[in-house]
Amino acid sequence: MNKVKSKEIVGRGTREGAALFRDWFQDLTQKAKKDETAAYVFVMGSLAEILRVFDLPMVFPEINSLQTAVRHVADDFLNTAEDYGYSPDICGYVKADFAMQMQNGDHPMGRIPKPGIAVLTNACNTYFKWAEIWERVHEIPIVSIDVPATREAGTRTWPGDEQFEREKKYVKVQIQELIEICEKMTGKKFDIDRLREVMGHANTMSRGWKRVLELNQSRPSLFNALTDGTVYLGMSNVFRGTPEGARFFDRLVEEMEYMSANSIGTLTDEKYRLSFIGVPCYPIFRRFNEMFTEWGGSFVMSTYLWFAAGGTNLGVQYNLDNPMDSLAEGVLISVRDAMDSMFHPELTVLEQTNEFSIDGVVYHPIKSCRTTSAGMADNRRALMENSDLPSLFIESDMMDSRVVAEAQMKNRIDAFFEGLASRKAKVAIGEA
Amino acid sequence: MALAAGVDVGSTQTKAVIINEDLEVLGRSLIDTGANVVKAAEKAYLEALTESKRREEEIAYVIGTGYGRYKVTFGDTQVTEISCHGRGAVHMFPKTRTVLDMGGQDTKAISVSETGEIVDFCMNDKCAAGTGRFLGAASTALDIPLNELGPTALKSTKPVKISTTCTVFAETEVLSWLGKGKKIEDILLGVHKSISSRSVALVRRVGINKDITFSGGVAKNIGMIEVLNENFGMKVNVSDESHYMGALGAALFAMDHIKTSRVPAGGVS
Repeated sequence: MNKVKSKEIVGRGTREGAALFRDWFQDLTQKAKKDETAAYVFVMGSLAEILRVFDLPMVFPEINSLQTAVRHVADDFLNTAEDYGYSPDICGYVKADFAMQMQNGDHPMGRIPKPGIAVLTNACNTYFKWAEIWERVHEIPIVSIDVPATREAGTRTWPGDEQFEREKKYVKVQIQELIEICEKMTGKKFDIDRLREVMGHANTMSRGWKRVLELNQSRPSLFNALTDGTVYLGMSNVFRGTPEGARFFDRLVEEMEYMSANSIGTLTDEKYRLSFIGVPCYPIFRRFNEMFTEWGGSFVMSTYLWFAAGGTNLGVQYNLDNPMDSLAEGVLISVRDAMDSMFHPELTVLEQTNEFSIDGVVYHPIKSCRTTSAGMADNRRALMENSDLPSLFIESDMMDSRVVAEAQMKNRIDAFFEGLASRKAKVAIGEA
Repeated sequence: MALAAGVDVGSTQTKAVIINEDLEVLGRSLIDTGANVVKAAEKAYLEALTESKRREEEIAYVIGTGYGRYKVTFGDTQVTEISCHGRGAVHMFPKTRTVLDMGGQDTKAISVSETGEIVDFCMNDKCAAGTGRFLGAASTALDIPLNELGPTALKSTKPVKISTTCTVFAETEVLSWLGKGKKIEDILLGVHKSISSRSVALVRRVGINKDITFSGGVAKNIGMIEVLNENFGMKVNVSDESHYMGALGAALFAMDHIKTSRVPAGGVS
């Protein structure tokens, strides 16, 4: 192994990702200072492909909000929103964003421009109510794209199926409406060749994202799906359809393949390979992960990297010869998968258990996101009925430190690992 | 013959157990934890040693458990009370498949395998409703010692319905029933039923499988045992030693380590 090359390449994704993120926030700050507006979009179906054709800068409110938690200032934002009358039970992302809107866009990473338009999908029910707040506060248009979801677990339709083709047309018409609104708003004519260019970059990114996730089947795991994965996830959203994003993922694949070829892992002593279901605990982001790594536990996969990537983990490739139809098809497949990843995670987890050599599954329901959390207890039961995979169920929040009890959480995590250790010991001596 | 010790530092009380290689309990102790957790652990351990009539040098391995397990500074490693209660319960009642541990600040439902390994567990979260603290609130409101709550409750013929599950509000509700002229025993049985119903719901989440073993400080309460028997529709296993289940489990893990190094993974410091 070339030590110089290793030093240059290993960890490059997180370093470059963090730098690009800082640049992005700086760019947004400059725009905010010039009173320019941005398109507010969400991680589950951003429609970045269309918005980039019109050179609309994009703001991801979910990412802004989680940044306040990672930087330990979320409580101030939540309290401000609650002073305005928002309930403690409402989504913490919404409240942090609302407080930021009321404070002239001031954010720990800079200043966030006001919205000029909001684009959302139905992947999260809260998106609608959230966008309606901006509609009222800033008097902006909101465009909602209704993406038909899987009706019942395991009954997805695919291109060529009658139902799929009907649904694709339904999505395509809505995308065309979005284009018309963008044309009116920006005064720019829609450019199909520019769309092809953006979709080409998106193809590179989706392909890369899928490959990166697959490469974590390596032993030891190449990246921690909870920590490193969140940086890559941010890149996949914020830079979707850009040359920077495409380059980032090309280089990330190179990094992961290098690590895999040289057996370089994220933990020096990886004892347990875990799958994570849910949204991370951002108020104690690092510590939460440490409670697992201290036992030699590494998260090798996470449903968060599927649904919060808007389903781009599937690696859907657009056909640039037929961009509009292909975009509708891609949005339908990807956003639908994002929803399935939230509502039926056990199906994919079970499929991938052997490929990823999973030792246990961690469910993390959170107080302020009922969409991702409501069915988790039942889902866990389904997992337990269909496999003998050990699982842990720990509740906290992605934003609100008032409901994050570290001592109780650690107690449960320790007990979970004691069980895993005992099980491994029995296997080793042939008792299981 | 090497000896093993388990020290269970709970939120309310600290327990210690000393066992020999035949897994016989030679000494045990129970003290209030108080504010100085380190000292409580030491004191409980030394008292158990005194009762065992053995010397400290004979103790080959000590495991700390409970919320204060990392404060058992003289211990060799730590194991959670979840694993320890499971282990202790299966040792005491080998047919145990479900453990209900009701302590001062939390209640745990634990599903265990025939060898005492944890299959699943569930605990009350960030709220002391349905725990021993609930009984403590009733004891204060009614001015009745904790050890008399159960026997008094069993005299009831017409229990009131305690609607609140909040430990803080329980006292208020108890007082309001007193104001309405209800008998103390009826109020107390209502309190026991309220806790029991919440605990049974917790156990349902891990599955109600025979045998059920009841452990923790509240297992000394005869009223709670009777109400749980009624709610589960079966007799729960309980012994005079149930209070020591966590410390016993820790001592058993310590003895495992001495004999076969089967203790669950090295503790995390």
